Amino acid sequence: MSTWNRTEMAARLAADIPEGWYVNLGIGMPTTVADHVPLEREVIFHSENGVLGMGPVPEKGQEDPWLINAGKQVVTLRPGGSYVHQADSFAIIRGEHLDLCVLGAFEVAENGDVANWATSENDTAPAVGGAMDLAAGAKRLWVMMEHTTKDGRSKLVHRCGYPLTAIGAVKRVYTNLAVLDVMESGFSVVEMAPGVTRDALQAATDAALSFPN
Amino acid sequence: MIDKIVRSMADALDGIKDGSVVLLGGFGAVGQPDWLLDGLIELGAKDLTVVANNAGTGRVGLARLMDLGRVRRIVCSFPRSAGSVVFEELYKAGKLELEIVPQGTLAERMRAAGAGVGAFFTPTSVGTKLAAGKEVREIGGKLQVLEYALHGDVALVEAWQADRWGNLTYNKSGRNFNAVMATAAKLTVVQAHHIVPLGTLDPEAIVTPGIFVNRVIEAPKPGEAA
Repeated sequence: MSTWNRTEMAARLAADIPEGWYVNLGIGMPTTVADHVPLEREVIFHSENGVLGMGPVPEKGQEDPWLINAGKQVVTLRPGGSYVHQADSFAIIRGEHLDLCVLGAFEVAENGDVANWATSENDTAPAVGGAMDLAAGAKRLWVMMEHTTKDGRSKLVHRCGYPLTAIGAVKRVYTNLAVLDVMESGFSVVEMAPGVTRDALQAATDAALSFPN
Repeated sequence: MIDKIVRSMADALDGIKDGSVVLLGGFGAVGQPDWLLDGLIELGAKDLTVVANNAGTGRVGLARLMDLGRVRRIVCSFPRSAGSVVFEELYKAGKLELEIVPQGTLAERMRAAGAGVGAFFTPTSVGTKLAAGKEVREIGGKLQVLEYALHGDVALVEAWQADRWGNLTYNKSGRNFNAVMATAAKLTVVQAHHIVPLGTLDPEAIVTPGIFVNRVIEAPKPGEAA
């Protein structure tokens, strides 16, 4: 069974972002989606630490330590970009002004619940950052993650077992095996990676899948 | 003549008492008023509540303040990060109280404090354990959680430029929590990289007007002894 690698996952997701959208990309894998949106397709990337209109990674020697993203990596500002303070940055997020947020996750449930900030109720040092604001506040939430954990457990589940980030928030999931919409009826498969069969996908997934196409 | 510029750290931090609630600007290291933080360490105030997005890294700055046992309680959104060793040690040992707040709720609670708003409802954290025990109401067809304003006794802020009235600009993503914290404390103390003459800052470009600022001290230039 062939699967999408992380670069292919990022490119697949990026292809679904139309010009004109305001988008927040979560820390880690989602951040790489920006590399696959060409500058001439004007998508405006927001970072919760107050940057609207992030550009590409700076060239060597051009890094500015005052200009970072939420993952604390140095970034650039493209022409037309602006800076805001944290409360205004989260007004952008919480006031439903972002067209899209892409987050990583530990689990997504078929009812759209998402768990991405703590792996147990007794996590030694929990840290939520902006995840709950983004999940509750963006117009649409997509999740980008591996389909299963390293030890092979499905991350698409009937109900989340880990502490929730938000309830009923996820609209679409991009994994290394498939793209799936979260519908009233549960996960609905939009597309599968080349060579992945329906049976193999269902076998790798705890939640029941539907295949409308 | 109004002159909020102070010349010594003692004058900058005068009046910060044991038990104070300290709002500390910065997102990670960017925009964090490190020099004022060193002054606070030197001052010796203890039993502090610190409100900051992160809980320090290494053994300097905020991490050192905690390591010295001066912080009783920390309110933040993302305490755990690469190098947050002091936080993790103290938290595991039960020597530090932690209140985790979603980052936007944290910012908004301080905006509310600065704007005289006592509390607000927000959809963020509905149905999660961070909403446990909090009042939830359906407003506009959405479940929302009640959150209270978060006031500081003192705010420590890093600005880029300041004038003697306390008008401030910031540098790029260094603005972050600084501008909202400046509004939310009884005493706002600023370390500025550049002190400029009154009237030279473009009124359209001033981010924090001086009404929110009590004291300004010029930070030492890189390589300069403090």
